[in-house]
Amino acid sequence: MTDTLGQWLMSEAPMSRRQAIFGRIYRNARAVVRNPTALVGLVIVVALILVAVFAPWLSLGQSPLTQDLASRLGPPSAAHWFGTDELGRDIMARTFYGAQATLTIVFLVAVVVVPIGLVVGMVAGYLGGWVDAVLMRITDIFLAFPRLVLALAFAAALGPGIDNAVIAISLTSWPAYARIARSETLAIARSDFIQAAVLQGASTPRILFRHILPLCLSSVIVRLTLDMAGIILTAAGLGFLGLGAQPPTPEWGAMVSSGRDVILDQWWVATIPGIAIFVVSLGFNLLGDGLRDIFDPKSA
Amino acid sequence: MSDEALIVENLNVTFPGRTSVTHAVRDASFTLGRERLGIVGESGSGKSTTGRALLGLVPRPGLVTAKRMEYEGRDLRANTERDWQNLRGRRMSMVMQDPKFSLNPVKTVGDQIGETARLHLRTNAADAKRRTLAMLEAVRIREPELVHRLYPHQLSGGMGQRVMIAMMLIAEPDLLIADEPTSALDVTVQNEVLRILDDLVRERGMRLIFISHNLTVVASFCDRVLIMYGGRIVEECAARDLQNAKHPYTRALVAATPSLDTPRAELATVTRDPTWLQ
Amino acid sequence: MSTEAASLDPAPPRDLGRRATGIVRRLAGLVFSLAVTFLGLTAVTFFISRLTKIDPVLAVAGDKANKQAYDAAYHALGLDQPVPVQYLIYVKRVLTGDMGMSVLTSNPVFTDLIRVFPATFELSTVAVIIGVLVGVPAGVVAAARKGRWQDQVIRVVGLFGYSVPVFWLGLVGLFLFYGKLGWVSGPGRLDVVYQATMTPITGVVLVDALLQGNWDMFTNAFAHLILPASILGYFSLAYIARMTRSFMIDQLGQEYVVAARIKGNSFWQAVWRHAFPNILVPLITVIGLSYASLLEGAVLTETVFAWPGLGLYITNALFNSDMNAVLGGAVLVGAVFIGINQICDFLYKVFDPRLRTP
Repeated sequence: MTDTLGQWLMSEAPMSRRQAIFGRIYRNARAVVRNPTALVGLVIVVALILVAVFAPWLSLGQSPLTQDLASRLGPPSAAHWFGTDELGRDIMARTFYGAQATLTIVFLVAVVVVPIGLVVGMVAGYLGGWVDAVLMRITDIFLAFPRLVLALAFAAALGPGIDNAVIAISLTSWPAYARIARSETLAIARSDFIQAAVLQGASTPRILFRHILPLCLSSVIVRLTLDMAGIILTAAGLGFLGLGAQPPTPEWGAMVSSGRDVILDQWWVATIPGIAIFVVSLGFNLLGDGLRDIFDPKSA
Repeated sequence: MSDEALIVENLNVTFPGRTSVTHAVRDASFTLGRERLGIVGESGSGKSTTGRALLGLVPRPGLVTAKRMEYEGRDLRANTERDWQNLRGRRMSMVMQDPKFSLNPVKTVGDQIGETARLHLRTNAADAKRRTLAMLEAVRIREPELVHRLYPHQLSGGMGQRVMIAMMLIAEPDLLIADEPTSALDVTVQNEVLRILDDLVRERGMRLIFISHNLTVVASFCDRVLIMYGGRIVEECAARDLQNAKHPYTRALVAATPSLDTPRAELATVTRDPTWLQ
Repeated sequence: MSTEAASLDPAPPRDLGRRATGIVRRLAGLVFSLAVTFLGLTAVTFFISRLTKIDPVLAVAGDKANKQAYDAAYHALGLDQPVPVQYLIYVKRVLTGDMGMSVLTSNPVFTDLIRVFPATFELSTVAVIIGVLVGVPAGVVAAARKGRWQDQVIRVVGLFGYSVPVFWLGLVGLFLFYGKLGWVSGPGRLDVVYQATMTPITGVVLVDALLQGNWDMFTNAFAHLILPASILGYFSLAYIARMTRSFMIDQLGQEYVVAARIKGNSFWQAVWRHAFPNILVPLITVIGLSYASLLEGAVLTETVFAWPGLGLYITNALFNSDMNAVLGGAVLVGAVFIGINQICDFLYKVFDPRLRTP
């Protein structure tokens, strides 16, 4: 039974659109699983999502918010596997719940940045002329900005919080995707199948979204995955400075910051959340590297 | 007749890949005396790889094995990297195909030619320069002083190839391997370069291995010819005996050569027989 | 033979003239690009300054100002002008060095910036030197030994550099090398003892200590500098090593490297004497880009190490809602960042070897 399913998916001559699409997804999935770098990265990313979703259960009943000043700054023990922080809260619970903040920021940034970048890039690449020149000039301006410093300035003006952090990070991240979308669009805009669609009377938006967009997606996804690590690090940096998710919500960067004063004696308070940041960043880097090897080996 | 300085027996070069192994050269055996030996074959026949194997420059992950591989009595298979460094440039050398790629873009012509001299001969800067200029004249480059200071991208194809020849012959090697020396050149320039090569090889009494896909050129240039196909040497004969070649591939090659003197209605092509790969 | 003579021309005068105008045109393009991007930056900072919930008028006129004083201050700040005019006034002010007063230090922001910048400069410069001295050879070795253990190790080290948060590494470094091992000095730039006797000449403590002939101060400053500079340097070397490796892999696959071996060069001679010089130009631009990004990393590193530079200044201003200082710092960092990035991009395009081959 599974044999025929496998054959159907791997068929060289798909009989239906659905078969072609599923076949492609299946083949890509197999390529990802075969690549060790991508696989490890994928495992970590999936683990991140699972931890964020199942944080309450994984924390073994401990709450990330309950303070217990009597047992503050306790070392890793049977009761608190990762120890307790300066307010007596369980670090393990806070670390697991902190994944939620990280995931939120990453997700929100992606949701903002990819559509904007794609639209700007595709329009610039397809329409060309002065539209292209103006859009690219704007893109280049934003591309040249220092990400963290500008995020700081934003947070200074707007106040701390996840939303402002997302805005600040998004502002300096979208240009890369516009560039990618534009170069992909330029490569295929003059090709015959696009011309055929034009001759059939397809409107520009339709051409862009049904024909060009799917072809830009793989490069964009690779880039997004690689960027994720940088976004997580920037977000953690903002958290470290007190911007980003506000207390008492657990956030890894903020946790490192609060552990800073006691680093010499109670090293675990600052170290463990930092390890979490590192592992997640590493996961996205590995996944991105692996995906790039699979989808775009030339740019390695 | 002539001293057999190069003896190769059962040379094999393999490239292990992910799932299979590529046999670039299979059981090649030949000798070289003080003569000109041509190796003719199409792309993938293993002729260039053979040349590289003789210099110990088969790239990783290639593996070179042979029952015998000797030059001037020393076993090449036992060479350390040091041994190879002493041999290359000094006793054995190679002229490569395309000077656009085989010359270092950021070094001057004089620098690159002089380097071979400095590596092998006891010279100082002034002496190396003198030899370089002499070599440039030997390859018939006018205004050697000027060219000496140029960068490779400022040279034409023919000049670049002559610089390459100068660079590889300045230390006076005994054996020269010419790997497609004129294939990247314009037709008008090819003969020029070939003539220079011809003169230099004869003047210095060098042994020559001439690798090419062009049977006509090889036949006119060399004394003996090896035909390679699919990694094997399928034929070995004197250049002037090519008409009487025995292997069907050789005969097909000879027959496929167009001739201005005897026009034909249809050009012959080579029909390959898979048994040749056995 | 006539074809040979014609192509012998290295640089006839006509060609030189054409090349010169080409370069001038490119330079003009660069200046234009810099100007436009800088304007963009100031537009963003201007926009941010307008976002703030703090009423700038009150900051000048005082909380208890009556309507007259308020209106006077309102007019003095130019807030009654249309927004584009306000923007132009802002740009003009920035270009003349007027970035307002710092609430925290009661100094003009510009003066503050000049005071703190050398510390960041010192930190970033030493960091990038570490990055180059370690990263370049590492990248070359990784490329030359591609696929083998040296390559894997170097790639892993580089991968960590892309994944680890700089502030956390700084803290761990402090804990380990200062707290536990005592190999380096702790936060700050100089021990308190020396700060009184320090007369700033260039603002770069290492240099100033040498100029004063004060060897003790120099070693003390070095002991304080080495850890933050190494932490920052690690990120620099991760990036530089990766790019160097990539460039070298391209070059090592070229025919001229084989030709160098045929001439009798050893493997490493071919790598360093032949392949390496071919990557110098893109490498220099990469080093420039790394330097620019170190400015950003410095913000967090300075916070961890209490290093009195631009980054610490901005974060302190941030915690105290000192908008002028934050924005002034942002403009400075942004301008330097933009400047280095664009100049490096420009240099890369000008010297791109691919443009050289006919």
